[in-house]
Amino acid sequence: MARLFEFQGKALIAEAGIKVPHGDVVETPEAAVEVAKRIGLPVVLKAQVWVTGRASAGGIDFAETLDEVEGKAASMLGHQVKGQTVEKLLVEERLSIARELFVGITIDDRRKRPVVMFSTRGGTGIEEIASRWPQAVVHMDIDPRRGIYDFEVRELARRVGIRGELQKRIVPAIRRLWATARRYEARNAEINPLVVTESGDVVAADCRITIDDYAVFRHPELGIEIAREFDRPATELERIAYRVEANDYRGTFYFFQMLRKFKKGEGVIGFHGAGGGGSMMSMDAVLKKGFKLANFCDTSGNPPASKVYRAARIILAQKNIDGYFASGSGVASQEQFNSARGLIKAFAEEGLSVPAVIRLGGNAEEIAIALLKQFSDYWPAQLEAYGRDDTPEFCADRLSVLVMLPARAKQVKRFDYPREFSHSFKTMTGWVRFDAERCLRCEGKPCIKACDYGILELSDGVPRLAITEADAAKGRCVECLACELECHLQGAGGLKIELPIEGLD
Amino acid sequence: MSILIDETKRVLVQGITGREGMARTRLMLEYGTQVVAGTSPGKAGETVQSVPVYDTVGEAIEKHGRFDISVIFVPGPFVKAAAIEAIYAGIPLSVLVPDRVPIHDILFIADLASERGTRFVGPNTLGVMSPGRALVGMIGGRSEFVRENFKRGPVGVISRSGGITTSIAYYLNRIGIGQTTVMHVGGDPIVGINLAEALELFEQDDETQAVVMFGEIGSTQEEQAASLVSSGKFTKPLVAFIGGASARQGMRFSHAGAIIEGGRGTYEGKVKALRNAGCLVVENFSDIPHFTRDVLGNGS
Repeated sequence: MARLFEFQGKALIAEAGIKVPHGDVVETPEAAVEVAKRIGLPVVLKAQVWVTGRASAGGIDFAETLDEVEGKAASMLGHQVKGQTVEKLLVEERLSIARELFVGITIDDRRKRPVVMFSTRGGTGIEEIASRWPQAVVHMDIDPRRGIYDFEVRELARRVGIRGELQKRIVPAIRRLWATARRYEARNAEINPLVVTESGDVVAADCRITIDDYAVFRHPELGIEIAREFDRPATELERIAYRVEANDYRGTFYFFQMLRKFKKGEGVIGFHGAGGGGSMMSMDAVLKKGFKLANFCDTSGNPPASKVYRAARIILAQKNIDGYFASGSGVASQEQFNSARGLIKAFAEEGLSVPAVIRLGGNAEEIAIALLKQFSDYWPAQLEAYGRDDTPEFCADRLSVLVMLPARAKQVKRFDYPREFSHSFKTMTGWVRFDAERCLRCEGKPCIKACDYGILELSDGVPRLAITEADAAKGRCVECLACELECHLQGAGGLKIELPIEGLD
Repeated sequence: MSILIDETKRVLVQGITGREGMARTRLMLEYGTQVVAGTSPGKAGETVQSVPVYDTVGEAIEKHGRFDISVIFVPGPFVKAAAIEAIYAGIPLSVLVPDRVPIHDILFIADLASERGTRFVGPNTLGVMSPGRALVGMIGGRSEFVRENFKRGPVGVISRSGGITTSIAYYLNRIGIGQTTVMHVGGDPIVGINLAEALELFEQDDETQAVVMFGEIGSTQEEQAASLVSSGKFTKPLVAFIGGASARQGMRFSHAGAIIEGGRGTYEGKVKALRNAGCLVVENFSDIPHFTRDVLGNGS
């Protein structure tokens, strides 16, 4: 889920009419001083990081003078709070707090509805509040189509004794939080604490909002670069991976790095799963063998071979891995040769140099396994391929055997791509290019036979697109990569599929 | 018998002219599913595998009469509109195959469906298959693969993970245990017919003698299943496996979400709830088949 920083969340609820403290977000101590001068002293400095318990970890501090603002801002910016580097500080007026409350919106999978939770105690974590003062917490579910009426919120407030002027100020805040959550399609929206000041104002002292990953595309105004839940800012490779996913709706590709600073020989491997449940079980199997994972990756939902190719290249970009482990559920409903072809192109182009165990169980696994074996001369490393009758535990065991073996000296073939091309056509995420000179020399024209979708035809002895360029680019060419692989195995090597990876190439 | 899908069910395919729609229509037909018609806005008059295509669900009903199931193959952002169309047309069951459906869209669909008395499976589901009868969605894959590896028998299979759904069925078959129905409830936090609701359907199905369930950490589906068993509303043997004992690092559950779930959602909590209810929770995935054989021996 895409989490917003406190200052971003506050901007959204302020826009909806909820009061937030005066202040601004800064990246330098000088800017912090400027904000303090503008809003007046004393101020509070709040590190913009996604951690809980920020205050006790040194992520929140107070300043009485401008010198203190500068000094404390300098000691927070660029430093770490619970492992996250502080890049931004929120400088805000210090509130005079009379009372702290809690209000949150979440989604209840039991009722299949949004829920609003309200508590007359706030500040600490809501789990703690609920266990220590259960009578202080009330909740009610929200009709997702009509929203909540005013009276319903008044009813909620009076059940925990919120009455009079305070009720009049709190009820709109709760309704506005729901409106914000609905408008921006939040999975969660929380104000903790919702502060009642000495002068009776109701002000959001903190705000945490998480936007639904799948709805981020409808909210470009939020400027969310990666619609994924991370405990930390995304790494460069994660950004690259996310752009691949964002530009191709076919299947799902999920990638995050678990270890970044490691050396060769430490038993850290690249992990490539398929499907949530199968990935988890496969991870368990390699972890039990004592391996550590550089990354978690899942390509599932019947992705095209091109997406699996990009995933594999991104995994291999983690230079110090000692092995490559790919394993899914075991009995996939998707034809496994798509994944096999994606892996083959990546392994061949990158010259796979670490041992790999590939478990591609399910539909057409025989073809997938045979393909991987056919291309084994295209990379120096040892690769073993297995199917549905081999367990993840067995495959993990094979990898631990392979990493112990000495590297073999082996004559390696390469895809000998042409330097120049005579004609090309665009696919959904890349290009298919031909060198007519080589194609004329090719006798069997295996590319045309390999195309299950019948989009290639022979014209004057040269393969060409049999459908319109627009149709090919829209997805009629499904980027299965069969034509290219067969061309290099049996043909004259006149065909190249270019699948650029923005940021990696 | 079976639940949700069999050879008598009349199926409509929404989004039939897309990449998945076309491919899956062919596979469903080859397996014996009654795919009667499809829709794709602006493509009325075309056919896919001889199945006629219409502009709207209403038009398909006008020409062919009622449908039992609509299976939806459109990109995630368009699922809401497609599901609304099926619900308003009164089709009693929709199967929402696509993933990446926004959660507020699903909340809308769930609310409308419950108001209009219809149900749905998914989103982010492989679908549902009753071996030897029919299947809906993308479950199983090629029909010859499905025929060879999934057989009719006494066990129901339900799972929150797509690949694991078919894996369990396959490994059961390897020791000669077939299935009534094999169902992937969907991989998202909010789904239509969830594990507990599927158990209620299996309870009503005479042919189902036991159920194998694959749960995962997060959400409260397994806890709901456990309460169903405790309250005596599911009385058949239930063999369960919970995924995610050590994995899923980097995933967090929100605070407000955690409290609504009342401390549920963890691996330990789910295992405990199910064991307390008298279910057989298996710790090694590969133990599922023979434990299932054992409970069948006792139960029948």
